[in-house]
Amino acid sequence: MLGQNEQNIKKRMEGRVAINKILMVLFGLATAVGLVFLVLLFYRVLTQGIGYLSLDYILNFPAPYPEEAGIYAGLIGSVFLMIIVAIVSVIIGVSTAIYLEEYAPKNKFTEFIRVNIQNLAGVPSIVFGLLGLTFFVYMFNFGYTLIAGGLTMALLILPVIVVAAQEAVRSVPAEIKEASYGMGASKWQTIARVILPAAIPGILTGAIIALSRAIGETAPLIIVGAATAIYTLPESLLAKYTAMPIQIYNWTGRPQEEWQYVAGAGIIVLLAVLLIMNSIAVLIRNKFQRRL
Amino acid sequence: MNGVMEEKTNKKVNQGSAKPEVNKEGIKKEKANNIIEVSDLNLWYGSDQALYEVSMDVPEKQVTAIIGPSGCGKSTFLKTLNRMVEMVPIVKTSGSIKYRDQEIFSNKYKEEYLRTKVGMVFQKPNPFPKSVYDNVAYGPRIHGIKKKEVLDQIVEKSLKGAAIWDELKDRLNENAYGLSGGQQQRVCIARALAVEPDVILMDEPTSALDPISTAKVEELVQELKEKYSIIIVTHNMQQAARISDKTAFFLNGELIEFADTDDLFQNPHDKRTEDYITGRFG
Amino acid sequence: MDKGLQSEGKMIDVQQMIEKNKKKKSFGERIERIIPFFLLLCAAVSVLTTVGILFTLLRESIGFFSNVSLFDFYTGTSWSPWSGEYGVAPLIGGTLLITLIATLVAVPLGLMSAIFLSEYANDKVRRVIKPVLEVLAGIPTVVYGYFALTFITPMFQSFIPDLGIFNALSGGFVVGIMIIPMVASLSEDAMNSVPNALREGAYGLGATKLEVVFKVVLPAALSGIIASIVLAISRAIGETMIVTIAAGATPNLTFNPTESIQTMTAFIVQAATGDTTFGSTIYYSLYAVGMTLFIFTLVMNLIAQYISRKFREEY
Repeated sequence: MLGQNEQNIKKRMEGRVAINKILMVLFGLATAVGLVFLVLLFYRVLTQGIGYLSLDYILNFPAPYPEEAGIYAGLIGSVFLMIIVAIVSVIIGVSTAIYLEEYAPKNKFTEFIRVNIQNLAGVPSIVFGLLGLTFFVYMFNFGYTLIAGGLTMALLILPVIVVAAQEAVRSVPAEIKEASYGMGASKWQTIARVILPAAIPGILTGAIIALSRAIGETAPLIIVGAATAIYTLPESLLAKYTAMPIQIYNWTGRPQEEWQYVAGAGIIVLLAVLLIMNSIAVLIRNKFQRRL
Repeated sequence: MNGVMEEKTNKKVNQGSAKPEVNKEGIKKEKANNIIEVSDLNLWYGSDQALYEVSMDVPEKQVTAIIGPSGCGKSTFLKTLNRMVEMVPIVKTSGSIKYRDQEIFSNKYKEEYLRTKVGMVFQKPNPFPKSVYDNVAYGPRIHGIKKKEVLDQIVEKSLKGAAIWDELKDRLNENAYGLSGGQQQRVCIARALAVEPDVILMDEPTSALDPISTAKVEELVQELKEKYSIIIVTHNMQQAARISDKTAFFLNGELIEFADTDDLFQNPHDKRTEDYITGRFG
Repeated sequence: MDKGLQSEGKMIDVQQMIEKNKKKKSFGERIERIIPFFLLLCAAVSVLTTVGILFTLLRESIGFFSNVSLFDFYTGTSWSPWSGEYGVAPLIGGTLLITLIATLVAVPLGLMSAIFLSEYANDKVRRVIKPVLEVLAGIPTVVYGYFALTFITPMFQSFIPDLGIFNALSGGFVVGIMIIPMVASLSEDAMNSVPNALREGAYGLGATKLEVVFKVVLPAALSGIIASIVLAISRAIGETMIVTIAAGATPNLTFNPTESIQTMTAFIVQAATGDTTFGSTIYYSLYAVGMTLFIFTLVMNLIAQYISRKFREEY
């Protein structure tokens, strides 16, 4: 009787262990699916675009013929755009973070700002486009210009920068803040001389990651009127402009197959820029992580 | 251990005999000798009272030790003396603390100013993630001293004052985080010395250090009292006996006994003090 | 120390210098008072952004609803703005179809990845795979759109011959791939925060890993997992470029994934790139659709926040 029972348990045990093994393989495979598509995507983009990628492609303006088209206007436009976005969003974002972490009283209004930022991060980017269209394009009368696009993008990534900067400011050890106050430093002196220098690596990393999100954003720029065919570089904040993702979108939508290759080449350039930005962020993080 | 302690304290009696007679009653009379006078100090964290009616006069250019079991309010008391305790927003105080006859809780008295006079060294070494030089020059700089030559002098003088100049004079531009714990703590002492304060508060400055570093810091404290009034919180009674002139015993937020160190350790007047110093205490 | 004492006489008096500088300090004190106001102003920008979004969506929507009745907008089943038909149902239908497909792809794959990473993979594997998986979330959506149109659709066409060039299936599928890391990463965080003591209790009773996962880890991490799914759904609803490029521009109230459809977001792009005159009904319709989209995502985000706040496990 006892032996019978034991045998049953053993049998069931083997079954349970087998199912465990099978599902483990299944889970592993599921994880692999995401990775496989990542590889497929890179492979596809590379094979499609590499043929059209050349120095000429990088230095040419858009053209009516695939062989002559280039991404120069988009590349420079994106760079200008990012400069505006970086200046505006980092200043406002870091200030907001310092306010929330160091100055804000613990009251309903502060809590409201916090929840508000959390919710802004979940608003679809295209809605920010509509915001920019109403305010920057029409109400402030900037028209379809670089500054309108830059400000729209800056607001879009503001929540990401605020959250990253908050984390960086929060991670500065309380002991060294105490040390500063203990020396008779004022609040702002402590922030400017101790907290910010210690938080800068974290802030930079967060800002670059946020910017790399902005540089690939397309939808809001379409709404605030980034142009598709631009044959000069923007000369002022109030100039018309284009950006890399806009050019890629435009080329992708054309029926002739050649334009897909042109778009592919554009994607390679865009991804290369993203890769560079993210590598810088990782480098900064690794360099300073040991310090604190 | 007891024997050693006695020997040390005896030595100090001899030293101390050269000084004007100061005892608990004497202090009140010789007001000129008190640098900080605390009277009827109460302190609450929210609704929890942490200090009860503390009155205590701290003598100038001596080492005053504060002892007591953990949670007795000794660190809180220390941080009240330079108003660092108010960094916690829910803290409320009543009573009076006078530094050189000026009320520090008065609205007119700036806490930034108080802290240049009453410096602090913390429990855990807490240098800034900057160079040794920038650490020591921090205080003078925030108070508007910018000239390189002046700062150079201050840094050298302060590091010498903290007895670490010889070890670090060639490493002034290194990040202070790379130093050993004992070196870090002495850099922190140098940082506190740089603004030439009147009083130095030390919150268990050796609790995070190894015995050799501890000995160095203790030695340093003995030297520093020539120029500064020092108040040191310690959980280590032997340390208090070794380095202090006067000792205060705190228990549950009350000042139980405050007397000359030798007196307090040899003839405690209060039963609770006796229990604590003889180790008969939880 | 002795040297320091001896030279004290000719040394500078730091306290005296501080005292002197204190008189010049009124400038510093003014900064000290201005700074918090400046910082508060910056913090107000994010509030103003929200106010601005609500203001613009409401005002222009009200302009729209003075031409088209709210009732017709939400009950009409035909969306053809260029011929004056403004029934938003096909756009909502298109958005929901895309979201459904994306969820069907992302939730199983994302959850299984999360289980694998949190429970089965060793530290080394996890530290490599997790960031690589997160790269998926960092790829610009225009690139996904390109990938869906030029690769996924032709691939699907070899199984489903009558699949159109523009179709909901490829668009939704690729949106699903894009949001896998969101589900995987947030769910994995939730599973990781389940204390080991709970697992050990079950192992001690002789449970296999799988049984521990289903009977201990998943129930304990459930609220975090649901929050992650809701957030991912919200992201799918708001996704624009993939569906604009790959899913078509045919407002079409259908649940057949092989057909071309149009989502709310894709309509906004289409109308903004077309020759839409400022102040026309079509121009205002952008905002009415935008408002509807905003409400959808806002509700999703609030649900996610509610779940993670309400059921925050406190071990």
